Amino acid sequence: MKNTALFIILRRMRVPLLALIASYAVSMLGLVLIPGIEVDGRPQYLSFFHAFYIMTYTATTTGFGELPVPFSDAQRLWVTISLYISVVAWLYAIGALIMMLRDQALRQLIDLNRFAAQVKRLNEPFYIVCGYGDTGSVVGRSMIDCNMGAVAIDKNQDRLNELMLENLPVHVPHLCGDASLPSNLISAGLNHPQCRGVLALCEDDLVNLRIAITCRLLSPGLSVICRAQSHDTEANMHSFGTDAVINPFDTFADRLALALHSPDMHLIYEWLTGIPDAPLPERLHPPHGTWVVCGYGRFGKAVQRYLEFEGVPMVIVESDPEKTEAPKNVIIGRGTEAVTLRAANIEKAVGIVAGTDDDANNLSIIVTARELNSKLFLVARQNDNENDAVFQAARLDLVMQRARAISRRILAIITAPLLTDFLRLMRHQKTEWAQGLIEYMRPLLGGVTPVLWTVAITEEETPAVEKSLQTGVNLSMSLLLLDPHDRDQRLQAMALMMKRGKEEHLLPEDDMELKPGDKILFCGCKGMAALQHRTLFSPNVVHYLVSGETIPDGTIWRWFAHRGG
Amino acid sequence: MNIEKVIFSFFIVLALTLNFGFFLGEFDNPEHHNVYELFAVVIVNLIATVLKFGERTQMGAVLLATSLVASLQLIAAVLVWTFVVHVDNSGLTPTAIGTIVSLSGGALVANIISVVLLVIDISVQRR
Repeated sequence: MKNTALFIILRRMRVPLLALIASYAVSMLGLVLIPGIEVDGRPQYLSFFHAFYIMTYTATTTGFGELPVPFSDAQRLWVTISLYISVVAWLYAIGALIMMLRDQALRQLIDLNRFAAQVKRLNEPFYIVCGYGDTGSVVGRSMIDCNMGAVAIDKNQDRLNELMLENLPVHVPHLCGDASLPSNLISAGLNHPQCRGVLALCEDDLVNLRIAITCRLLSPGLSVICRAQSHDTEANMHSFGTDAVINPFDTFADRLALALHSPDMHLIYEWLTGIPDAPLPERLHPPHGTWVVCGYGRFGKAVQRYLEFEGVPMVIVESDPEKTEAPKNVIIGRGTEAVTLRAANIEKAVGIVAGTDDDANNLSIIVTARELNSKLFLVARQNDNENDAVFQAARLDLVMQRARAISRRILAIITAPLLTDFLRLMRHQKTEWAQGLIEYMRPLLGGVTPVLWTVAITEEETPAVEKSLQTGVNLSMSLLLLDPHDRDQRLQAMALMMKRGKEEHLLPEDDMELKPGDKILFCGCKGMAALQHRTLFSPNVVHYLVSGETIPDGTIWRWFAHRGG
Repeated sequence: MNIEKVIFSFFIVLALTLNFGFFLGEFDNPEHHNVYELFAVVIVNLIATVLKFGERTQMGAVLLATSLVASLQLIAAVLVWTFVVHVDNSGLTPTAIGTIVSLSGGALVANIISVVLLVIDISVQRR
């Protein structure tokens, strides 16, 4: 953003300017109210214009004598006070401008203190996001959409400036500093009672590892979700009980393999883990046959491992086979030239994965490959978010974008813990099951990705339902899916899974009975959770949905109903 | 809750109410339009304007624009007042006070727009 510097200067000049306005306002008001020397037995008052005039020459210490008429002593006293106030305000305003441009160390200290104070005041559950880059910002924004707080730490002030100017509906405290320093993590609320966990999303694996260790040792109860790019770090993180380690390359390769194995499952996966309220993704039709994988780095290796597991034959193209420890039969070359691709038998292949760590090369591979074989299924890795437009223009079938791949998984873990279980169970189902689910869901969702939420039948979360259950009424799952305004209508939502103790029920039936302690994962259109909320909290609504009778709300209406009946 | 938004909302609504208070009354009767109230309106409007400095969002920019319009109208009204009382010495004639009040009426419209935008902004955001 070009204007960022200007915006920051304007923003930081707010307080000095407000101080100036306030000092002028107070001084002028005092001058207008204080009586002057009496003429003809009546005290003379200054007008606002004269007060402003006097303040103008007083505050700038020009000194112009007592105008328009000599002052009374009360006025002199007030002018003396005003002089000091306004000179201080001016000095502050100018000083602030200079300090802002020069002093960094002091600002950092002030920022740290303010940050710690802001974190201390948080009274809603929040997560600490370490590394507010591409991934961090997507996760942070979505978390706030899901009514969850966030605290951000990043080494790079520019990213935090972007965050500050983003104008999120809630304030996100942020700190510029090294997230792996324990003192910074503690200021970010590691020991705060509302802190739910830490997301280590820094670029550097080592930093993430250090964050994970620090959290484990200082606050063992917190959940820690890490991003790792190498298998070494991943194993290391797992070794001391990190709750989830997310490797973007594996995540994506797994998705690709799932798409090949069962496009329907992949579609459900995409729907449920998409950013809510986005257009519903379409089904992919990856062809079966030989694939060409260009680049045998971390991404290429992950793709190879998962595709091999699916039994997909493949040809690997790599320019530096020794450094990447590529297998013997690899084709040497970058894949950007037609020669190399022909050597890899591109004419006979059905799909290509451009997986090098250079976006320009990846695009070049795709373009060259498409010229040689127009029917290819095109998959490319996008390393830099800035290249979004080019990758979109290339009309690829699938784009691997690190930030997006990680942020979706993290969101699923944080906002809908049951979703991970659902997706795990889903994988054991048959293709027909997935097709049936898609047929059922498509009209329900109305073309946008669903919102997911979890309901636990407990005293605090669902008082009305809990109360009915305690009085011995049998309630079924369908109750939670009826429109609280009209019980003949169903909500545009469905139950995906119910967890009762250790039992897990996929797609619970409508007539399934509810029991205290049940946890249910729902998905549905935006706004449906709020409607369902009414059922969960209002005993009257529950009564209406069960019996069809409306109980009048409030004493007066009840009295009327009583008289009428 | 975002404390920044609370403070801004407070000042923008205060600007509107004070502005309305000054505007209220017989159009060309100087007795009905208090100079202290005009002073308060100007100060509160300036504060509301400064509070929107450096906002990069669309809504923030529009709110800054409406506040600027209101401030300019009010400063014009103050200038007219100063001119007739101190420079021209013609005093607050019905014509002069009419001009001042109509300028403050313009500022009132700008302030109403500000508050409407504020309400829209709040209702669009989920919390």
